[in-house]
Amino acid sequence: MIKIVKRPEPSSLAALMAPIIAIGITLIGCALLFLLLGKDPFTSVKALFWDPLFDPQIASFSRPQLLVKAAPIILIALGLSVGFQAGIWNIGAEGQYITGAIAATAVGLAFWGSDSIWVFPIMGLAGVLGGVAYAMVPAILRVQFGANEILVSLMLVYVAINLLAAMVTGPMKNPLAFGFPETRSFRDFPAAYNTEILDNSGLHYGVIATLLIVAIAYIVQTRHLFGFQVRVMGLAPKAARLSGVIPERMVVICFAISGGLAGLAGFFEVTGPAGKLTTEFGSGYGFTAIIVAFLGRLNPLGIVLAGLVLALTIIGGEIAQLTLNIPAAAVLVIQGMVLFFLLAADLFVRYRIKLSSKVAA
Amino acid sequence: MDWGSLSIIGMLASLIAASTPILLAALGEAVVERAGVLNLGVEGMMIIGAVAGFSAAVTTGSPWLGFLAGMGGGMALAVVFAVLTQGFLTNHVATGLALTLFGLGLSAMVGQSYVGQKPPRMPDINFGALSELPFLGRVLFSHDLIVYLGILLTILIWVFFRYVRAGLILRAVGENHDAAHGLGYRVILTRVAAILFGGAMAGLGGAYLSLARVPQWTEGMTAGSGWIALAIVVFASWRPERVLVGAYLFGGITILQLNLQAAGMTLSPAYLSMTPYLVTIIVLVLITRSRLSRSSQAPASLGRIFYAPR
Repeated sequence: MIKIVKRPEPSSLAALMAPIIAIGITLIGCALLFLLLGKDPFTSVKALFWDPLFDPQIASFSRPQLLVKAAPIILIALGLSVGFQAGIWNIGAEGQYITGAIAATAVGLAFWGSDSIWVFPIMGLAGVLGGVAYAMVPAILRVQFGANEILVSLMLVYVAINLLAAMVTGPMKNPLAFGFPETRSFRDFPAAYNTEILDNSGLHYGVIATLLIVAIAYIVQTRHLFGFQVRVMGLAPKAARLSGVIPERMVVICFAISGGLAGLAGFFEVTGPAGKLTTEFGSGYGFTAIIVAFLGRLNPLGIVLAGLVLALTIIGGEIAQLTLNIPAAAVLVIQGMVLFFLLAADLFVRYRIKLSSKVAA
Repeated sequence: MDWGSLSIIGMLASLIAASTPILLAALGEAVVERAGVLNLGVEGMMIIGAVAGFSAAVTTGSPWLGFLAGMGGGMALAVVFAVLTQGFLTNHVATGLALTLFGLGLSAMVGQSYVGQKPPRMPDINFGALSELPFLGRVLFSHDLIVYLGILLTILIWVFFRYVRAGLILRAVGENHDAAHGLGYRVILTRVAAILFGGAMAGLGGAYLSLARVPQWTEGMTAGSGWIALAIVVFASWRPERVLVGAYLFGGITILQLNLQAAGMTLSPAYLSMTPYLVTIIVLVLITRSRLSRSSQAPASLGRIFYAPR
């Protein structure tokens, strides 16, 4: 007879092991899935997780991509993790990432041709503000009217995708693009271009900013009163209120942080790796970041590791799409599976499984 | 733009058909949430239903087997959700999100070889003289069986919540799972049954989308319908009769904006495509705002994890 017994204290060993076990089982799950779809399981899994790093032909191109893909995901996940700890669900980071990029692009296009060193930072500020402003919609609707922030922030993702389409086909369209729905490329505007700092490393200013923000997030979470208040609000909302935390203010702050970081990620992406806005700009980083936040145990250092792992799957997915004809969406299956197994493994953090020979009455 | 090309009768008729996928999914989710379970995976279950239904219908040539397969697909995903939330006591919000991502990905993989194919057509129902009625004939008697099934299910679920013992137990479980457990009701069994029903309904809604509404398979074709269904459940205060109203309202907005696009309104189509989502937000705000004065009508145990030391 199997019994689930609550632990007096959550197990920190189980909490540490859960992500590793989840990734391990996901690999097996992937292999089974590819087998079912009639693909060779070993080659498929290898293409997703091994080839991007170690295949002699592919790795030289794909290894620098690891930093390029991981940086925005980590940046967004860091912001989301704050709210998630407090039980505040911003699911719409994808939308805030897009509006951040739109705002930054608007500023960049307005200063087109300038060689001032201020162009780039002002665009960055616009990106942050674009993300914050968009995140304020679900935050304020929740605080003022009690509207569900999960649904509102998610609806706004679809609005942002359409707004992006409206921008690149309308006011922000490149007049020289022969009707293609895209903006001018920041590659042609050196003062606004987020260039690669070391050749073939994938290292750009966004990666450096991300590392800096990881450090700040770590200090705030472990050493600052705010990090403590966030955790108390998530674990015991009543205790938090008694200790002086104002829940409404917390909702607004958490949405501002996650929206701002998502907008910042959008800014670094549009000025660097993407180079311009197209209808395809929103590539799902905002959703991947949700998984990364959980997989990294809502801890900044964990998020860095989780971000690198999921960035690897995205790159692997792109390669597998070309070489094995596996659709790009396979990456979503992997992400979903990781989260399934992680959540399941989390049972053992708070509970023990007891096997007893006696059949319970 | 050409106002003359907008036909009220045509729009009302297509509104009813356009609402059906969302109506079915939202009815299912209303039952799930009344049992105290918040399944945010509706979008994932819908799209799996869409691809499962489409592939089965194309393979067998029968739309009806397609609908059955759609329900099966949605249910299969719901099983995953039930095992995780009821067996492994996982957080409902996170599990539902994982379900949606998983469903979107898996459907794209399975559906890869079905892009560009045409599903078998559903037979028309012969209403005889009824369909010749002016106005009403076109609006009410021009639809396929699934549309009427959606309306029938609305009534059945309304009766179920009100007059059927199992329905009352389900509501008790959703209001206070500890008390229901104390009275000897099987909380987990009830919830698993509700989750599976919700999965079948979302799958049916998805299959209607790919088999009748669109009708073809494209990646990510649900485009947020599942999330709109979730919003409608809140809008409807968890009542089936209001779910019907909500679904028709959103169907109406979708049809209106599509017709405006077709009639050549000068606004960019991207702005018109935003409207269903924006209206969802506005309605959500209005409804929660008016409800704040009264007591909240959400099932009291919604989304809470049930753990009974055994």
